[in-house]
Amino acid sequence: MSTNESTLVEHVHRDDVGSRMGMWLFLFTELLLFGGMFLLYSVYKFQYPDEFFLAAKELNTIMGAFNTAVLLTSSLTMALSIVAIQRNQKVLSMLLQMVTIFLALFFLVNKYFEWSAKFSHGIYPGSEELLSKSSGEILFFGLYYVMTGLHGIHVLVGIFLIAVMTRMTRMGKITHDNYVRLENTGLYWHLVDIIWIFLFPLFYLIT
Amino acid sequence: MEKHDYYHEHSHSYGIYILVWLALMALTAITVAVAGMDIGKFTVATALIIASFKAYLVLTIFMHLRSETKTFLIFVIVALLFLGISFVLLFSDYSFQ
Repeated sequence: MSTNESTLVEHVHRDDVGSRMGMWLFLFTELLLFGGMFLLYSVYKFQYPDEFFLAAKELNTIMGAFNTAVLLTSSLTMALSIVAIQRNQKVLSMLLQMVTIFLALFFLVNKYFEWSAKFSHGIYPGSEELLSKSSGEILFFGLYYVMTGLHGIHVLVGIFLIAVMTRMTRMGKITHDNYVRLENTGLYWHLVDIIWIFLFPLFYLIT
Repeated sequence: MEKHDYYHEHSHSYGIYILVWLALMALTAITVAVAGMDIGKFTVATALIIASFKAYLVLTIFMHLRSETKTFLIFVIVALLFLGISFVLLFSDYSFQ
């Protein structure tokens, strides 16, 4: 029978646990990248508590909370798309992946409006309006733009990755018994979610 | 013959994820509500505790840490520990300057 042959081939070429482990190792480097920024944030928060308090009032809490909900929901649809592929529900999995992409885009559109509102009030890095404020407030907005900006870039990368996964699912490269790439993309997406879980209270809720 | 045991350890159930999502949404609502109250110094601490619990839910359920082998868990704990050490060392230096 040819089953022996095919399992042999699978064994030579596949190590799903190792693959996920590799993804986790990459995620640790991401943790340190953002961790360094959280360190910077905490020191300046400690140094300028009143200025941070004042500056955080400028941010729209409703908008931030709404975006948190959008990103959490996108994490749900990502996790569900993996369950769907495990159950061999290919179309449902692709649909859920596309919903994830849609929610991620929606998050970025909200972010765009949020940043635009700040820009129109003259608050952007190096603006006269911002430079006339206290140094604590300048630092707060500097960190705000760098950290949410870097997070936004991660969301963009996530959208691209999920789109590639949807294409692979459609082409039959991701199947109910070979879906580790979708899982790894999911791991990345959930990490982006976790980072936002911490960014949201630190920038929007410290008032 | 089943070669990939991992795929059969999972329950393949939608329910748990929807439940966790509901919990995450509820925690978001709670953290916003608490931030609206005037509890002074505890505002940031409360927000961070709630955020940590949300992150824990995402790590264990969405990221499958609960169903992975112990090695993954140890790796994550070590990574978080080192991040924690950086915070402790930084603040022990910074606070006493």
